[in-house]
Amino acid sequence: MSRRKKSAAFSRSFRIRLGLAVAVFAVAGSALLARAVDLQVSERDFLLKQGDARHLRVVQVTAHRGQITDRRGDPLAVSTPVDSIWVNPGELIESAAEIPRLARALGRDPEAVTRRVAANAGREFLYLRRHMSPEKAEAVLGMGISGVYSLREYRRFYPAAEVAGHVVGFTDIDDEGQEGLELAYDHWLKGKNGAKRVLRDRLGRVIRDVELIREARPGHELTTSLDLRIQYLAYRELKRAVQTHRAKSATMVVLDVDTGEVLAMVNQPSYNPNDRSQLTGNRYRNRAATDIFEPGSAFKPLIVAAALESGRYQPGSVLDTSPGYLVVGAKTIEDANNLGSIPITTVLTRSSNVGASMIALSLEPAQLWGALNGMGVGQLTGVGFPGESAGVLTHYDHWRAIGQATLAYGYGVSMTALQLAQAYALFGSEGRVFPATLLAADAPRPTGRVLDPVTTRAVLAMMETVVSQKGTAPAAAIPGYRVAGKTGTARKSTAGGYADDRYIAVFAGLAPASDPRIAAVVMVDEPSAGAYYGGAVAAPVFSVVVGGALRILGIPPDDTSGARPVGTLAKAAERP
Amino acid sequence: MIASEGIRLDDPRPLSVATRVLKGLHLDGVLLAGLIAVSVIGLFVLYSAGGQDPQLLTRQIIRIGVAFLAMILVAQVPPKLLRLWAPWMYLLGLGLLVLVLVGGDIGKGARRWLDLGVIRFQPSEIMKLAVPLMTAWYLHERPLPPRLRELAVLAALILAPTVLIARQPDLGTSLLIASSGVFVVLLAGLQLRYLISLAVIGVAGAPLLWHFMHDYQRQRVLTFLNPETDPLGSGYHIIQSKIAIGSGGVFGKGWLNGTQAQLEFLPERSTDFIFAVLGEEFGLLGLISLLIAYLWVIARALVMAVEAQDTFSRLLAGSLALTFFVYVFVNTGMVTGLLPVVGVPLPLVSYGGTSMVTLMVGFGMLMSVHSHKKLLAT
Repeated sequence: MSRRKKSAAFSRSFRIRLGLAVAVFAVAGSALLARAVDLQVSERDFLLKQGDARHLRVVQVTAHRGQITDRRGDPLAVSTPVDSIWVNPGELIESAAEIPRLARALGRDPEAVTRRVAANAGREFLYLRRHMSPEKAEAVLGMGISGVYSLREYRRFYPAAEVAGHVVGFTDIDDEGQEGLELAYDHWLKGKNGAKRVLRDRLGRVIRDVELIREARPGHELTTSLDLRIQYLAYRELKRAVQTHRAKSATMVVLDVDTGEVLAMVNQPSYNPNDRSQLTGNRYRNRAATDIFEPGSAFKPLIVAAALESGRYQPGSVLDTSPGYLVVGAKTIEDANNLGSIPITTVLTRSSNVGASMIALSLEPAQLWGALNGMGVGQLTGVGFPGESAGVLTHYDHWRAIGQATLAYGYGVSMTALQLAQAYALFGSEGRVFPATLLAADAPRPTGRVLDPVTTRAVLAMMETVVSQKGTAPAAAIPGYRVAGKTGTARKSTAGGYADDRYIAVFAGLAPASDPRIAAVVMVDEPSAGAYYGGAVAAPVFSVVVGGALRILGIPPDDTSGARPVGTLAKAAERP
Repeated sequence: MIASEGIRLDDPRPLSVATRVLKGLHLDGVLLAGLIAVSVIGLFVLYSAGGQDPQLLTRQIIRIGVAFLAMILVAQVPPKLLRLWAPWMYLLGLGLLVLVLVGGDIGKGARRWLDLGVIRFQPSEIMKLAVPLMTAWYLHERPLPPRLRELAVLAALILAPTVLIARQPDLGTSLLIASSGVFVVLLAGLQLRYLISLAVIGVAGAPLLWHFMHDYQRQRVLTFLNPETDPLGSGYHIIQSKIAIGSGGVFGKGWLNGTQAQLEFLPERSTDFIFAVLGEEFGLLGLISLLIAYLWVIARALVMAVEAQDTFSRLLAGSLALTFFVYVFVNTGMVTGLLPVVGVPLPLVSYGGTSMVTLMVGFGMLMSVHSHKKLLAT
């Protein structure tokens, strides 16, 4: 009995103690419940935002740069997607053991990467490898190392490589235009990056897109005036000429006279814009627009045009160039032979320095300067090419007689090949000015008229004689087409005056002469393989390139005489 | 034996087949229902937390099956046998703990595992049951409340495994095991002066405990007190867990839709922090549902403890019920940021095997105690 009583007493006290424990636990349980309510009701919005901050990210939607094409749509510069691998050093350093594996996958030196990451541990963004193929970048991300991310970027690729490199230019690794059209039209070509909100996991992998905040706007396309076929032809022929004549450099510009469009613009030496190791100023400079030279006798048609415009001379005017030299002040201007009394035409045909100087000296300085200035000498062409040079034409206030005389045969005046081509184009457009442009023009309108059609027709006819057997540049002739043009062989100016053994060989001309469509300038700098005359070095390049261009453009032949056997052409080319 | 099962032969109500099967297997229907409810909720959450990996789910189902089987087997063992085995089980556990300290396997920086060739397990799991068994065994047939000499013995019995496990180091488990022993003592009755002196020793001992703590353990306590001081380091777990739970709101983001959990921002999401996954995807309602299921289990276990007939059974059952509550509370308290981070899984829900089997063996003992009752002469 007592045992059972005792047991019952214990049972009662046991229940009480258990009840006490339950009471304590009830308090604990209430605290837990209160905590849950606190988190899920009171603090919910804050914690929800905190959560979103962890898995929602605004990422850049990279817009690609506009394509650059030639006038027919052939690509000159295209953007291809690439991925750049970047890391959050502070995050990556947590899994430092993975860095060597990551570095190897990126093709980088593990120690160098480890050092770089450690050195930038306080930063949140560090590129480890730019511009990888998307497949390779995917593989790197697939390694699942936290703190490693990729950024979609676009890399410029230039299909025409060396051929159009000078005109198109190039971008830097951040896709910013650095040279050429890429620089000049950077704003037009550049896309506007968009932004989107994405859901990402702890390792930074994007799980899915949540919303597009701002659409990426790709850059505009740029259609250039270049015709890649003519460009390629010009490139090939100019390169061949440089090699044949062992020249230092060379430039060729081909213009459409009725629009001012640059159909081709090439230089030697060239560079491949896809290969950044070739980017040295000497190679990527677009000499056609940036480098000036004294045009020599190729300047004479401009003097003749100024003379005809002045009214003092008629196409049939005759000059007495006897005795073959002209003394101006302390200097003597000479012709190779005493040509005697010659019509103006012959001044061009035989490239008479004396005749040209007599004309120049007979003109009012202001009128001559005004005419030359109107033809764009000393003026920017308006092509808008970065670093374009305006050339040098001294103001007539500073002219002395000797300067005015030598100006007549292209000394003391400096032009770019593009300026010279644009000036020659005036003879094809009946004096109407179509500013040179590197963009395809839909319906270009002339900005003015600087020469009278009577003048331009007369000068054209005179320049045609240059390309005849009597002239200095029979090698510029194109079978089936009439060609008008003028040679120039200028001594290079050096520190101590003009060099005896360094020349610039120039040929500038138009075709077909009956109704010119194309104006072109070929300039070869310092040919050193023997021949150095413009008629021998530059004229053959003109013949092949412009002849090819006329056929490519489907321009009907205008020389129906057919009297020019092919054999004599080859012979003529050998003559100086 | 059947006649002594506590079935009243003159009971007019016919017994259903299910009830008869349960009775025959010494199982308690009410407790079983609660355990199944918790397990089913757990499997749903685990499927989501484990990244919808069917293999992971299969392994967990197999574990639950094994654990329930262990429970059924233990339920067949009469309490008398449990009492007789208690000292041997305790000594075996103690021996294995010493063995672990000498040559155990290291996992996650702590020496907790023992590789017996066939299976690899933590001997501390044995102690989770052996300590309440041993203390209840010791107090059985002794005058209650215990006197000072007996209390000293009890303290030694509890402290030996606690210290060994704390040395592994596994502070969470050692504290849980200590509490299971302390519950037995408290339920046996403790004079008020002892209780007060215990509290004083506890307060005074806290700095001492701090002194003996490992750096990471101190860090956990400090981080608990202010998680924002180290948001990327030790505070990360707590902050992420609070964000996951809080962002769930009242109704949750929906099953498999919890961004924090699914995107792996939540650490240990299928093991220790699975409660946060429940909170994020099912919201406050989900948390309350699971807590109600747990409450069901605990309440039934307490009733079974009260209905137990002898001192050993009562103390054992009471301690098991209270310890189960502590398990649930320590985990949920940790996940919600109420308590410091202690590596304790959420009972029956967290992914993992050994602790689940231990728990279910404990419930098996409860059922054994409850079903093997002698008919009382009235």
